[in-house]
Amino acid sequence: MSEIVKFTIDGKECQGKKGQLIVDAAADNGVYIPVLCHMRDLIPAGSCRICTTKVNGRYMAACTTPVDEGTVVENDTPELLDIRKAIVEMLFVEGNHFCPSCEKSGNCDLQALGYKYQMMAPRFPYAFERRELEASTPKIFLEKNRCIFCKRCVRVIKDDQGRSVFAFKGRGKTLQINIDKKLAANLSDEMAKKAMDICPVGAILRKEVGFVEPIGTKKYDHKPIGSDLKNIYQ
Amino acid sequence: MSKPIIATASLAGCFGCHMSILDIDDRILQLIELVEFNKSPIDDIKTFTKQCDIGIIEGGCCNSENVEVLKEFRKHCKILISLGECAIMGGLPAMRNGIPVKECLEEAYLNGPTVGLNAEKVMPNDAELPMILDKVYPLHEIVKIDYYLPGCPPRADLIWAAVVALVTGDELNIPYELVKFD
Repeated sequence: MSEIVKFTIDGKECQGKKGQLIVDAAADNGVYIPVLCHMRDLIPAGSCRICTTKVNGRYMAACTTPVDEGTVVENDTPELLDIRKAIVEMLFVEGNHFCPSCEKSGNCDLQALGYKYQMMAPRFPYAFERRELEASTPKIFLEKNRCIFCKRCVRVIKDDQGRSVFAFKGRGKTLQINIDKKLAANLSDEMAKKAMDICPVGAILRKEVGFVEPIGTKKYDHKPIGSDLKNIYQ
Repeated sequence: MSKPIIATASLAGCFGCHMSILDIDDRILQLIELVEFNKSPIDDIKTFTKQCDIGIIEGGCCNSENVEVLKEFRKHCKILISLGECAIMGGLPAMRNGIPVKECLEEAYLNGPTVGLNAEKVMPNDAELPMILDKVYPLHEIVKIDYYLPGCPPRADLIWAAVVALVTGDELNIPYELVKFD
């Protein structure tokens, strides 16, 4: 089953299990590939494309591509860094990301990637679409303005019968994240906390415990994202 | 050689970025050795009296007056800097951007919970008032902007480092902690 294969990332010799996803194998070898939608041991979504790498010369999402013997991965090249920066910029202009008023600021993966790629201002025009805030459930605010459609909450937050508390509605430009009010009414504090923690942006916030972490103590206040490879997937 | 000339303005901003400029503390004494100020709230010069080297603008464009001032700055300044989140992305004023202007004005002057003093239910309509724009625009969507300093407000050390690097021509090395979007 777990056949060991050798592959390279930017020329660095690495080892991984055959079929292991490139992002996970890279992290095991101490190489950071940025992710927003990916979480280890979860069925890959491949929706954000921030992990775009060159695999054997072709652009691939490292979170959906498995490693094989002799795979050649390019990760840290000026071209790929610019592509990733452009993806971060597109995510910023697509939603309404007002960092100064967001509780997740400092703990936000999207913002941290903005810092990492030194995004000073997006090169694309802002969309400023009108989206709603869903605040009718007892434990959670769902701030749709900030959702980047990573699908982490849809895949992870389920009730005891395995039903998803969050779901997508619509397609393309009309796509939005929604919360099942009945299931959300029975959400435990623990699950509500988990939902907020796995959200890479500030779309899911817990009620009644706002702004507990002071500025200066947040995850990305002093160290750029990717410095701590053990905890990159929350 | 004469000193480089700086002009500053606050458009649809809260003056917090200008406060952050003052947060350079005693380095302001070094600053006046390095540069001369022209149109700016710092010296209260209201109109441009000469061509400037650096224009620093806080706040986005929410009305016709903001656009006019911004275009004046572009004409009079060699280098234009967007200072802070409002200048870069509209900031908090841009929270109205998804909502039609009519709806915003009606909420502010007719239907909102704090309109009690406006007993006659009048919307501001004086011809002297600048026209409000359909949405709040980031500066770079209206004129060319040369540099961006993010933050709400941008840290004083960031502003200082950027201005000194521009004036002296030295390389700009900014520590990670100085560039924040909040």
